[in-house]
Amino acid sequence: MSGTAFVVPCLLAGLAAYALAKKVDVYGALTAGAAEGLTVVLRILPALIALLAAVYMFRASGAMDALTALLAPVMQRLGIPPETAPILLIRPLSGSGALAVAGELIVRYGPDSAIGRTAAVMMGSTETTFYTVAVYFGAAGIQRSRYTIPAALIADLTGFIAAALTARLFFGQ
Amino acid sequence: MAMAWVWAVLVVASVLFGSINGSMGDVSRAAMEGAGAAVELAITMAGAVCLWSGVMELMSRCGLAGHLANCFRPLLRRLLPQASRDDETLSAVSANLSANLLGLGNAATPLGIRAARRMARGCDGTASDELCRLVVLNTASIQLLPTTVAALRAAGGSAAPFDILPAVWVTSVLSVTAGLLAARLLGRVWR
Repeated sequence: MSGTAFVVPCLLAGLAAYALAKKVDVYGALTAGAAEGLTVVLRILPALIALLAAVYMFRASGAMDALTALLAPVMQRLGIPPETAPILLIRPLSGSGALAVAGELIVRYGPDSAIGRTAAVMMGSTETTFYTVAVYFGAAGIQRSRYTIPAALIADLTGFIAAALTARLFFGQ
Repeated sequence: MAMAWVWAVLVVASVLFGSINGSMGDVSRAAMEGAGAAVELAITMAGAVCLWSGVMELMSRCGLAGHLANCFRPLLRRLLPQASRDDETLSAVSANLSANLLGLGNAATPLGIRAARRMARGCDGTASDELCRLVVLNTASIQLLPTTVAALRAAGGSAAPFDILPAVWVTSVLSVTAGLLAARLLGRVWR
């Protein structure tokens, strides 16, 4: 049993006690949030269906193996498992797309495998870069974003490399 | 539009490789299988996603987001010195950061946009260094509890879905640092 086993139960209990002490309706907040979670799931489901159908086809046709083999030399030099290549390609473009690809890897290789863990850490530590930039600059009326996208992509690439590195370091896989 | 291309390329490549490799039967079955797997995945994830949304809602009703936001102010005064002179921008940015940390994406974006609009005033369409920095900060994930991905791992049968936390934190810090550093260096040459 690792220390992280304590994080979730203690967080739940501590938060409930803290909320009661502050006279916040714990149960009401939990159920209201859960209802919102349900709409999140419903919102990503159509994208997940479209993308997983395509990703499964891509995998079954042998194209996934070809892509992995094509990118393997670069990926291995960066220390990233080549199987996670699709995440790198889709993550900056689409959150639900990346979720579909990562979900497929996690189910296929197992959540506690090196590939599954790397995929999960990648998802947990990066964002949908192009979408975010478009939303912010669109709302602020900015046409010239200058170096924002290159800098954000450098952050993403660092995140991908670091995800593979930390998955190896913390789990010795 | 980008995703239209991604989807089309995936499917067209599948057909090409399927006919070259003679695996078209598998490709055909895979389309249906994938669609079914998506529903299965969404259902197995739904419980965890909803529970965590509830926890996050509870956190924000307890005022934790506000406390966190106050902790950020000194840091933001250094990162965005000009924008911080405007008190409303500073409070929007710090609320944006704390919502991001708690994984409250729906709350974070409007706050960040409010700050971005104020920072973009009078710069006629060109992003200032500080605005670039704010957006880079938002494109790098700084979530304390990556609950969606934990739900994904739980759905896949992980023994401990949250055991990736330390790895996620270290990775997030590294990627945010790299992004801000890159922004600072590029800002000197890219006018």
